[in-house]
Amino acid sequence: MSLDKETVARIARLARLKVPDEELEPLAGELSGILAWIEQLNEVDTANVAPLASVSDVTLPMREDKVTDGGIAEKVLANAPGGAVYIDPTDKHAGGFFTVPKVVE
Amino acid sequence: MAALTDLTLAGLTAAMAKKEASAVDVVDAHLRKLDEHRALNAFITETPDKARAMARASDERRARGETGLLEGVPLAIKDLFCTEGVRTTAASHILEGFVPPYESTVTSNLWKAGAVMVGKTNLDEFAMGSSNMTSHFGGVENPWKRRGDNRKLVPGGSSGGSAAAVAAYMVPGSTGTDTGGSIRQPASFCGVVGLKPTYGRCSRWGVVAFASSLDQPGPFARTVEDAAILLQGMAGHDPKDSTSAPLPVPDFAAAARHPDIKGMKVGIPKEYRVDGTAPEIVALWDKGIDMMRAAGAGIVEISLPHTKYALPAYYIVAPAECSSNLARYDGVRYGLRVPGKDLIEMYQNTRAAGFGKEVRRRVMIGTYVLSAGYYDAYYKKAQQVRALIARDFKEAFRKCDVLLTPTAPTAAFAAGEKMDDPVTMYLNDMFTIPASMAGLPGISVPVGLDKDGLPLGLQLIGRAFDEETMLKAAAALEHAAAFKGRAAGF
Repeated sequence: MSLDKETVARIARLARLKVPDEELEPLAGELSGILAWIEQLNEVDTANVAPLASVSDVTLPMREDKVTDGGIAEKVLANAPGGAVYIDPTDKHAGGFFTVPKVVE
Repeated sequence: MAALTDLTLAGLTAAMAKKEASAVDVVDAHLRKLDEHRALNAFITETPDKARAMARASDERRARGETGLLEGVPLAIKDLFCTEGVRTTAASHILEGFVPPYESTVTSNLWKAGAVMVGKTNLDEFAMGSSNMTSHFGGVENPWKRRGDNRKLVPGGSSGGSAAAVAAYMVPGSTGTDTGGSIRQPASFCGVVGLKPTYGRCSRWGVVAFASSLDQPGPFARTVEDAAILLQGMAGHDPKDSTSAPLPVPDFAAAARHPDIKGMKVGIPKEYRVDGTAPEIVALWDKGIDMMRAAGAGIVEISLPHTKYALPAYYIVAPAECSSNLARYDGVRYGLRVPGKDLIEMYQNTRAAGFGKEVRRRVMIGTYVLSAGYYDAYYKKAQQVRALIARDFKEAFRKCDVLLTPTAPTAAFAAGEKMDDPVTMYLNDMFTIPASMAGLPGISVPVGLDKDGLPLGLQLIGRAFDEETMLKAAAALEHAAAFKGRAAGF
């Protein structure tokens, strides 16, 4: 499978990566090279083979539906880019917000 | 007495138990080595103050008669493990400024066992690489050099800093993570022991995720016994990781101390004799087979027919999982934020500026193979091939107890070599990836030096959750090989 510029631009958009126009062509070449190498998998007969999603034999464990954590608003917000905004700056346990660019007009 | 930094982990523990040295003495001696060899760039963050405080607390515990398995032992931690209050970077620009408000389960276990952290080691960005050259903080230099050649060599990757720190005697042991070979390959390149446990043996909670169905933490050390002791300190069931195995932790160190392999069946996979492997590595492998035979093991040729497909299948599964896992880096809750005119552009700008070239490449491959219309052709196909790889191993282990193979197709290479084509770099992990795909434990043991004087390792692969048999075989190989190599000047 050889990828063209438009496909690479579409993948970049899906992956939320800004790729400058001049990089699309070389990237298409690189990604096509990797995909061509991957395509040797088509030599393998996988009819009736169940896909293996996880090597772990354990079934996903269930836990009781109860609160085991909380009251750590300040810890949750500690790494907020540009700093968090607290509802009540004198009581950080009361909670606060991450800030993002305006998304509604 | 030998210099404290020359002692093994077990040796340090014994010296401290006999009061020949305090934990503070031990940590100070190792911190001096960090100073001395800073040029290797093995650490992203050094934590000397924390290390001394932890050592003092360890000495106080010992005075009270409370000693853990790793009491007072200085360790280096791959900078992929979240450490509370100590910045964690995953060697990526996108985690700029991130200070975890929590501690990973594996490191918590180590501190509970009395260990002392000296710092966070360098790695390939998000553990994606085999050379440590993709780190945002620059590559790590391998302490080893080719004889008569002053060029800097890579330590392997992705856990390059952890391997180099142990090889340079900055620490007796360190933690790494292994997704496709990221512990075993650098161990081979640096002449140390590196162990990837069975998937599920060590908790992934608090470890920055790369490919969740493959990622597994494990130890580096200079002896098999030390690696076993460290693994014992790291392992254990953790309800916070749903794939963590609810099994008790065996006495791994005891297994490593009893290298009796009489009657053990060692399988030699014929498909691992591939073109492109350095002839010296093939010769070393044959020597390893002779060593195991001489130690009383039976040698059995076995077949793993889908070996050559493990690598391409891995390069679908791992990027697919990485593109999903790395979706969280959006500039909203932590790390780097690069502004944009709207939310989407902020995401795009942040991720373009924050991720390095190899990470961007893998995110894009992963996004593509998971995108509408291609899922069955790529991702499902890879998972089916993965099932066949796992089945190959299951069949093989009917005939033998452990497998012996080379760890990597070459010795350490120079920084800049193999960088032109991503696929050439990927081939470095051809011998380690199959066991990763099957979730099996593997260990690299240094066995000899090549003609240039560089260390080479051999890999042992065990049955799932049978690290003990693998450790016995590894200890027997270590004993027979009697590898005493040490990088010049370290």
